Amino acid sequence: MEQKTKITAEEGKQEIIITRTFELPLYLLFKAYTEPELVEQWMGNKVLKMENNVHGSYQFETTDEHKNVLFRANGCIHKVIENQNITRTFEMENTGFPVQLEFLDFEFISDNTSKLTIKIIFKSVADRDNMLKLPFAKGINMAHNKLEKLINKLK
Amino acid sequence: MNLRRDVFQAIADPTRRAILLLLAAQSMTAGVIASNFDTARPTVSKHLQILTECELLKQEQQGREIYYHLNPEKMEEIANFLEPFRKLWNDRFNKLEEVMKSYKSNE
Repeated sequence: MEQKTKITAEEGKQEIIITRTFELPLYLLFKAYTEPELVEQWMGNKVLKMENNVHGSYQFETTDEHKNVLFRANGCIHKVIENQNITRTFEMENTGFPVQLEFLDFEFISDNTSKLTIKIIFKSVADRDNMLKLPFAKGINMAHNKLEKLINKLK
Repeated sequence: MNLRRDVFQAIADPTRRAILLLLAAQSMTAGVIASNFDTARPTVSKHLQILTECELLKQEQQGREIYYHLNPEKMEEIANFLEPFRKLWNDRFNKLEEVMKSYKSNE
């Protein structure tokens, strides 16, 4: 079976390409990226700010149950063309990861299918490779956290 | 309640990583695996159970003995460091699709 989400990361390049075909009309896919309430629902982050216009900016945040900030990211929006594309930067705060440039292309396939292509450009090949390894490290940490929680409950 | 096992949980533990390494060479029974560690046998059994639940190991009955061997397909999945990244985005996009489908039906 063909995988719905594809990642292309050629060796030695400082870019990755993420593609996904959605069972959604184009305008809804675009809306999912531009309406703060919707972004919050699928990203699982709080949207502190989101100005979808030329030279606008955005900021996301995730907190735990005690309101401690776990994750915060921000970026500037370079250009937005409705139902076509978004060009923006993305930076995770306090992580040491440099800012990255993102090109989001929204494409009409049929009345009920649309395609998203995200091209991300990193500062260096090493920065890209570290970013790719991040979910792997996070997976291990999450497993640890789950175990910690479980152990704390048993105490 | 049984926790849902994932491969990350499995490989987060050093003993379990050692078990995988040991079985990379050949299939073994639980007894032989346990004899390679100072840990108590029930602890090793628990590790084997976790590795089996997340499909990194497969059990095979040979006569009266149960042999454990690696599941190469699942091992390949963790060897490929792109896969967790892809999965992260795939899960996120599945959520997007779900959110927007219910949004559409409420329009």
